[in-house]
Amino acid sequence: MIFIITNDIVSNKEREDGRKLDEIRPLKIEAGILKRADGSAYLEVGGNKILAAVYGPRESYIRRLLRPDTGVIRCRYNMAPFSVDDRKRPGPDRRSIEISKITAEAIRPSLLLERFPRSMVDIFIEIIEAEGGTRCAGITAASVALADAGIPMKDMVVGCAAGKVDGEIVLDLSEKEDKEGQADVPVAIMPRTGEITLLQSDGNLTEDEFDKALCLAIEGCKQISEVQKEALKNRYEA
Amino acid sequence: MIHVEDKKFVVPGEILAEDDYYPGRGTFKEGDMICSSLMGLVSLRNNKISVIPLKSKYIPKKGDVVIGEIEDIRFSMWGVNINSPYSGILPASEVFGREKKELSRVFKIGDVLFLRVVDVDEVKKVKLGLKGRGMGKFKNGILVDITPTKVPRLIGKKGSMINMIKDKTRCKIVVGQNGLVWVKGDVDMEQITKNVINLIEAEAHTSGLTNRIRDKLFLLIDGELPKDREESHESKFGENNSKNHLNNDPDFDNSFEANEEELEKPKLENFKGIF
Repeated sequence: MIFIITNDIVSNKEREDGRKLDEIRPLKIEAGILKRADGSAYLEVGGNKILAAVYGPRESYIRRLLRPDTGVIRCRYNMAPFSVDDRKRPGPDRRSIEISKITAEAIRPSLLLERFPRSMVDIFIEIIEAEGGTRCAGITAASVALADAGIPMKDMVVGCAAGKVDGEIVLDLSEKEDKEGQADVPVAIMPRTGEITLLQSDGNLTEDEFDKALCLAIEGCKQISEVQKEALKNRYEA
Repeated sequence: MIHVEDKKFVVPGEILAEDDYYPGRGTFKEGDMICSSLMGLVSLRNNKISVIPLKSKYIPKKGDVVIGEIEDIRFSMWGVNINSPYSGILPASEVFGREKKELSRVFKIGDVLFLRVVDVDEVKKVKLGLKGRGMGKFKNGILVDITPTKVPRLIGKKGSMINMIKDKTRCKIVVGQNGLVWVKGDVDMEQITKNVINLIEAEAHTSGLTNRIRDKLFLLIDGELPKDREESHESKFGENNSKNHLNNDPDFDNSFEANEEELEKPKLENFKGIF
């Protein structure tokens, strides 16, 4: 596992929206808000509004997916047509199919589905409003929803992105920074062990910059992980 | 070394203890550490540490009594939905032995049955049976579903909770270990019972629930709390109440391991004369 102390890698410069280079956007997570789903979560980070719902483990209605030794997960990431400035054409496209796949793969290592052979868990991530970093936020929300559904897991997966904007490595890119910046590195980890379950990199980074971005993203993940735990606790504390 | 207290709320991945503890239900071991795999409450018994989930799906176990709904009729068996990731089968031979009869004449799709899990094999094929007291088809009534881990809480210590609801609403109530509850009585009372059951589910993790549910029942049915409340408590629920005082936390323990033994009793009494 890579753990590098990241104290003095960021300066005190401010970004366009007034955040420090290593500051995440204001974050709010609420667990268990959909009554009919087995588990659910609502997440707001910056201008993102995301709903995640989990159903299952339930009988696999798709025979070919069924595995006799373990349970399987399926994930669907979907953006609402009104979630972005230009209307998004409804239905799955190349991007949302990719995100569905990487979300399922980022979350799968944390789940202990061997206890539910021949079953299936469905995750639905609906982006109601998008403002950059939806794939990481989607993973974070899905993880809370899975815990809320009572599905056994090793750890709660948490996602956060880092990137390069105006030559500086910054944490948790907003939509504008993502578009104008030079690079974007979404990362998902299991915070207790530090295992990385998702790592993508889009844009140009030198090796040093990439290391710096990865460390920064991991730090961000750890901050978000605390909010995740808080969200679950709040659900049961009146 | 231990990091948590008994009955503390934990989330998945939280480290519970190290070294000299045993991992129980809802936990797993990683190196020397015991971690929680569920969102739930910690239960400490001697050196065994487990987590009781706040929500779960029913996993069929041999010998359980469950409530199921017929959803399929096949050549020589019924397919039964038992509110679980695995659907059950009720072979025709369990119902009429060697005789041959038309299956759809006996149970139709949509019929609700009280069944026993006869066998669960390694591929999770759940075989159900009707042998045993009180097993059979329910007529009318409504079904309420709760999460299976909260069934012991609904029943309460020695059936205190469920008997209290039955006394007050005059409904017949049958609880399956799969989290389905069948309620039959006056139409209004059925609804009140349903609401109360849902309330118990929502607040199962809090303490002093039996007393609050009692007040709620009085309010819903009589419209007011009884004047001689203290007295009636002592006389009617005396046994249960005295325990509460000692325990300070009435039927909480029950939602933990007392589970199996407590479950059996109320059932057998309940089913006399239902059908």
